[in-house]
Order: sequence, then C-alpha cells, then structure tokens
Amino acid sequence: MDLRFGDSKPTDEERTAVDALLGPPGSAWEGADDRTDADLRWARGGREARERRDLLLPGLHALNDRVGWISEGGLDYLCRRLTVPPAEGYGVATFYAMFAVKPRPATVVHVCTDLACAARGSAEVCAQLERAVGPAGSAGSGAVWQPSPCLGLCERAPAALAIRAGETPQTAVVAPATAGAVADAASAPHEAAAEPPAVAAVPQTGAEGLVLLRRVGVVDPGSLDDYRAHGGYAALRRAFALGPAGVIREVTEAGLVGRGGAAFPTGRKWSATAQQPDHPHYLVCNADESEPGTFKDRVLMEGDPYALIEAMTVAGYATGAHRGYLYLRGEYPRALHRLRTAIDRARARGLLGEDVMGQGFAFDIEIRRGAGAYICGEETAIFNSIEGRRGEPRSKPPFPVEKGLFGKPTAVNNVETLVNVLPILIDGAQAYARTGTDTSTGTKLFCVSGTVARPGVYELPFGATLRELLELAGPPETLRAVLLGGAAGGFVRPDELDVPLTFEGTRAAGTTLGSGVVLVLDESVELPRVLLRIAEFFRDESCGQCVPCRVGTVRQEEALHRLKDRTGAAAAGDIALLREVGRAMRDASICGLGQTAWNAVESAIDRLGAFK
Amino acid sequence: MTAIPLRPPRRLVDLTLDGEPVRAPEGSTLLDACRAAGKDVPTLCQGDTLTPKNACRVCVVEVEGARTLAPACSRRVEQGMEVRTDTERARHSRKVVLELLASSTDLSTTPRAAEWIEEYGAEPDRFGADAARVAEEPKVDNDLYVRDYDKCILCYKCVDACGEQWQNTFAIAVAGRGFDARISTEHDAPLTDSACVYCGNCIEVCPTGALSFKTEFDMREAGTWDETAQTETTTVCAYCGVGCNLTLHVQDNEIVKVTSPHDNPVTHGNLCIKGRFGYQHVQNHAQNRD
Repeated sequence: MDLRFGDSKPTDEERTAVDALLGPPGSAWEGADDRTDADLRWARGGREARERRDLLLPGLHALNDRVGWISEGGLDYLCRRLTVPPAEGYGVATFYAMFAVKPRPATVVHVCTDLACAARGSAEVCAQLERAVGPAGSAGSGAVWQPSPCLGLCERAPAALAIRAGETPQTAVVAPATAGAVADAASAPHEAAAEPPAVAAVPQTGAEGLVLLRRVGVVDPGSLDDYRAHGGYAALRRAFALGPAGVIREVTEAGLVGRGGAAFPTGRKWSATAQQPDHPHYLVCNADESEPGTFKDRVLMEGDPYALIEAMTVAGYATGAHRGYLYLRGEYPRALHRLRTAIDRARARGLLGEDVMGQGFAFDIEIRRGAGAYICGEETAIFNSIEGRRGEPRSKPPFPVEKGLFGKPTAVNNVETLVNVLPILIDGAQAYARTGTDTSTGTKLFCVSGTVARPGVYELPFGATLRELLELAGPPETLRAVLLGGAAGGFVRPDELDVPLTFEGTRAAGTTLGSGVVLVLDESVELPRVLLRIAEFFRDESCGQCVPCRVGTVRQEEALHRLKDRTGAAAAGDIALLREVGRAMRDASICGLGQTAWNAVESAIDRLGAFK
Repeated sequence: MTAIPLRPPRRLVDLTLDGEPVRAPEGSTLLDACRAAGKDVPTLCQGDTLTPKNACRVCVVEVEGARTLAPACSRRVEQGMEVRTDTERARHSRKVVLELLASSTDLSTTPRAAEWIEEYGAEPDRFGADAARVAEEPKVDNDLYVRDYDKCILCYKCVDACGEQWQNTFAIAVAGRGFDARISTEHDAPLTDSACVYCGNCIEVCPTGALSFKTEFDMREAGTWDETAQTETTTVCAYCGVGCNLTLHVQDNEIVKVTSPHDNPVTHGNLCIKGRFGYQHVQNHAQNRD
C-alpha cells in the first residue's frame, strides 16, 4: 500500500520509546534522521511489512508509557515503522480508554466508581478529590484523575490506580482509597505504600479442599523452585506422558467447561482446534478480566503465576500450538510484573522455548497488554486487539477453532479454566469429576464483594449454595439483593439464597454464574443508582460496531436516568421502552456485550421489583 | 464484448424460507436466497460490491435453533436450514433498529428509510426530545465532496471501499468507541491534509447520503435538487484506455453527479478522481467563460 504520512515529527522521547520496542529504523523511509545513498535502493513491502501490524498495540503502550499520551508525531512515527495507515492507527488509539490523543499530565489516576467500589464509598472519595484537586479530567499539578470502570480490586474497595508515564513508568494501587491517599499516590506513585500480598484476597487460606487456590500465599510467586517444590510442572510431565490426544481425553472426561462465562466444554474446544488441518495453531489466554466485580484471575496470576504458565504450556501441547498469547488487562500492573518474571525464568530453565522439558515440543508465551476495553475480553475481539486492529468482535461463524488469531485455528481460554487443567492431569479425570455435580465438575472461584465482612476470592465445589458462600463471607444483617455474574448477570433475592452455584442451577433459577461475581448489596443500596451505573458501563464499553448495542445502550441509560426518581404508573412507560430496546439488543446484537447489556436491569425490574 | 469469467458449478443447498422449500447455491447468503425468492428484506450496511460487515442489523431473520437472530446479509445458507424472515421477533428487532437509527441520525436522504419506518411501525420520537443524537456539522473541506456525518449510520462501507476492499488508500477509519465512534481521518484532519485521493468510491457505496458530491450538497441546501427532473446516461470515460463506465446524472442540462454501474465486471462501480469529478470541462459553455 502507498501510505501517506503527515509532517509532524516525533520528539526524541517518543522516538526512543518506539525504537526500544522495534529496534532502530532501517532507513529514512522508516523515519531515520538522515537519508543515505543506501535508502535509494531500499524497499520493504508486501507481507513482510504488514506482518508487524500486531506490534501496533505494544507500540501505542510504549508511547503512552513514556509521555502519558499519544501525539500526532509519535503516532505517525509508529505507523511509519509498522506500515500502518495513520488513519487506522488513530482509530486503534482512540478505541482504548487508557490512551489519550490529546495532551495530558504524565500521571493519570483511575478512580474506580463501579459497582463494588460504589457500595463501599467511592462517591465520597470522588467528591473529596473534586474539592481537593479539582473536577475529574482537569489537569492540575502534574496529575489528572478520572473515574474508571472496575479495576478488579473489589476486595479492597474503594480502589484507585495511579499510573505515571516516564522512562520507567510507575504505578501505585491505592485500595482501600481515601482522597488523601489518592492525592499522595498521584504526586509520588513510587512512594505509595506497598500492596498487601495476593493472599490477602483469599480469606479461606489454609482451609481444606482448596484446589485452584492451594498455592496462593503458600509459594513465593517469584520463585520457580518454590513452585516446583509445591507440585509445579508435574502436570506438564504427565501431559508429555499422555500425549496430546491423551490430554484432551482427560480434559474431556473430567467435564471441564469454560469459566469465563459461556461454560463451553474445554475438551471439545481443544479437540476441534487440534484437528484443524490449517497451521499454525495458536493459543490465547484470556486474562482481560474486566467484568465489574471480577478479580479471581488477578489473584491467581499474582499469587501463583507459574501455574498459568504451566497450564498454557499444557494447552499449547494439546492443541498443537507453538505460540501462546497471554492477553492481560492493562489495569493489572502487579500481575504483569509477576507473569513477565515467571515467563523469563521458565524460559531460562527450558520450560518454555524451542525444546520444552527436552521433549522436542516448542512453545513460548508472549504477554499482550490490553488498554482499557471491556469488549476485548470477547473471544473474537481479543484477536482483533492482538492483531493491532480495533477490538471489535467478529461475526461467527467462522468460530475461533477454525479461523481465530491471524485467521488460524485458535483455542482461547480464560485463566481459571486453564489452571483447572493442572489438577485434572495430576489427579486424573475421574478424581477431578468426583468434586462438584454431574454437569458442573470441579471447583469454582467466586469473587465476593460489596457489603460483606470478608470480601475476597472463595473456592467452593460446584453445587454449594449461595447461602453457604455468603456464610463464609459474612453477609450483612439486612440483605437486599445479590448480583450474580456481574454487569451482564442477574440479581437474586434474599429468599432465593438456596440456589445451587452451578451452571445449570443458576440457569434454572433464571440467572447466571457468569464469571463468578457475587456482589452483595444491603438495605442501604439505592437500586436505581446501581442500575444506572450498570447502564453507564455498557454505554461506555460498547464498541459501536452494531446499531442495537451502540444506540440501544445509550437509550437504556437515558431511560434509567428518567426513571431514577419514579415508581409505579409514572415508570411504566419507560419500563416498557426498556423492555423493547432490551429485547432487540438481546436478539440482534453481534456479540455477548449487547446481548447481555439488559440482563441485570431486566432482572432488577422483574425479580426485585425495582421502580414498583 | 466483455469476457465474463465462468465459475465452477456450485452445489445447491436445500433450505426452507418461511416454510417454502427453496434451493440456493452453496456459499450464497440468506439474503441472496431471500431475494431470489422475491422476499424484500431491508438492508442498509450491505453493499453489492463489498464484503458484508453486518453492522446495521436491520436485515435480521430468525434461524430455527439459533439463540439469537441472524443477519441475512452475511449468514451463509446451510443444508436443512429453516429460516423465517417475517416473524414477530425479527420484525421487532428491525423496528427497534430503525427507531434507534432514526432517533440518533438524519435519515432524510436514506433511500427507502421512510418506507421501512412506516412498514415496521417504528416511532423514532418515542425516546423523547432529549434523546442523544450524533449531532455533527457537515464537513465541507474541499471542492469535490462533503461529509455530513449527522447522516452517518456507521456502516463501515466507506472505510472498506477506501481501504483494503477497493481503493487501498486508507484515508479514513472508524475512530472513537461506542456512540462516540465516527468515521475519521487521522487526528480528524481535513481531507486535504489526509491520504484521500478523491476517487469518490466512498460516495458510491454510502447508503445514507452522508457522503455526497459538493454539487448535490449545495443544490440540496438551495432547494434545487430534484431527482425526478434528472436523467441518467451511462457512457464510457474518455480519460484513459481502461474504459470505465460512467453514469452521468443530469439536471437542467448540467451534470450534477457521476456514478458507475456496480455490475461492471472490471470496475464494480469504482472510478478515479478524473472519471468521478472531472466533468466540468464538458459544461463550460461559451457564455460562462470570461
């Protein structure tokens, strides 16, 4: 393609940041300073030039990490280096909430105002910040704060995340947040108090029966030796003994289904991927945990990072993939750091690379950071995001097992799903399937947040009831409702607490397990406000591709604004409107975001009698 | 005579449309099958010369056994499929989609929009006077064509025509997200500072009139645009040896816009700047010269 670039030039900082990722430019055509005679005989085009498109998102991160925003000159230089049309580069940069294409201070503080944090006083933190620092989005004293969707720190709500761009970007997690602590973190992120260890989010530590969480808080997350001393890499060894088909057989017989929300049988997905004649195959680990109220994957990745690396290696071996992409949400700095360390160390020890464990199997993992887009957790949007395109879902069919990442057969699995493979291989499918119910086998992680005494990640066998889970977490005296499954989930009334926590049990009760969110709301909750927040979330996170979701989520939010203070007959008209729009969103949207955007609101109206 | 390439014969697939058994070539879409059976399914983002993007969702139909509705424009026919095009469920989604579009954008120049709004009983006003609109001013930044994004339904057709599907210029892309998404050049620069080559192939595929010739835009502003008074003459472009077909739209003996037949096997409706916009010399009449 014949690309046209503007006249804006990158600053030295921007150039250095991009070159650190891509290497120095090969020619003046790629933006090198001086033209030499060799440039007159230099050409790069076709596939070779376009093949690096997937480095666009890492490149945007490099610019944003260095200067805090993406300038015309910086974007132009990056696009020139990668042979990406600048208009498309701009389209990608403006898709992600963590990037800005207008100047802003180097320090940006994201203050979570989502469901769990709102139940724990985020509004007060924002009000104080407004008084002390200024309104959201206004730059003052080298920092700017902005409200943010769920940061995945719900057990320590309300939460805030400060990110300072620079030569070494700095981050600081402030949770539980006070306005003072947030302001301190904004002015000196490197001096912020250290985060509590990941195990602080696991109230069950030391309890019997933990499977997925058994190593969290027990092993040193930075030490490969410690991981191996606690049973690490036994599953991969067993996988090599079984062979790829044997691994798939075990996973299928164990009855493992996806934990990301859709509950698709993992064995079937792997076997369908493995059988595809087209090559190469890819593995994608979906660690873009962004459903409001979900933080289980973060705790697993921070507390037991090698387990995910080992599980991905097993999955790659089973599906015939030699490359795995770990798509991690951009708001998880500690998980990023731990996983990077884990991958480097595993590679140094021959547990990743050309010859894993000396078995002649080549496999490596690359981390890709998201940049603030809930939609990128959708299984096809994640491919577009990795490929350096806007994170818009693709229409299915074709399904990922057939045409996924880079148009090749791809298995995409959630973090929790993958980590389940380890106990299946170590203990065998039968032993694994003995836990749980007939159709939901094994254990499940639940993210309990809101007004409970002990919020955190809980691991229970499938089939435990919601009541049992709440007893562990310490329910409020007067329970109003429980939101199961997050913003895309549904509400449960206090008289329905005996619902069994299984995929089929929650479905029968008219709700969903989703990603395992259990958000507890007590009597003090203002339900219309919660619903409005959910509607805002979907309006913000809609990618904009299809009409029902792009405009429907806006109309839903507008109706809920009007309904805020109305009940009974005064509310009937807007409720009817919501139902009609909701039904069209559910029926006609391209992907799960639009299809579920009305679930929680509908269940609040029908089950909780909101606006009655 | 134009040589028309012969394709290998395609197997026929049996399916039912609204209970009627029909046969459609393997690989064709439900929309093809519907049209072959004489069924009128509304479409906006579907283009006869482009790969379906299925973004507008106005063509949804009900496929037996599927959880959600399927876009007819892109879902391929399958053996044994049972498809219903006119159920209450499909009609409901079409109605709401039309309401959502008409309440947020200006569909006044979208062919057939008014007809469909009436047919499906859509009431765009029900969202109230405060319902958010796209609210964009026309971008008049060059002498050849105008981008009036208040009329844009974000069907991606112009982006696809400008980019990898036809022109390979990549001057525009979708920027922003959700309701704030817009078709945009890099940093929203004027077209004159962008990669645009003014081939006008985006205008050719625009389904709503958001992209239009400056002549058409000005005449509409002045209230002199009158399609009933226009003639269409298809001729051959005289600029080079390719021989592209031009369809000249003439009103009051003046060329007011140029299109190109989509069924031309060489150009598929695409032209270059000269064919599309280089017509003024034929109507510089003696009395107009200084």
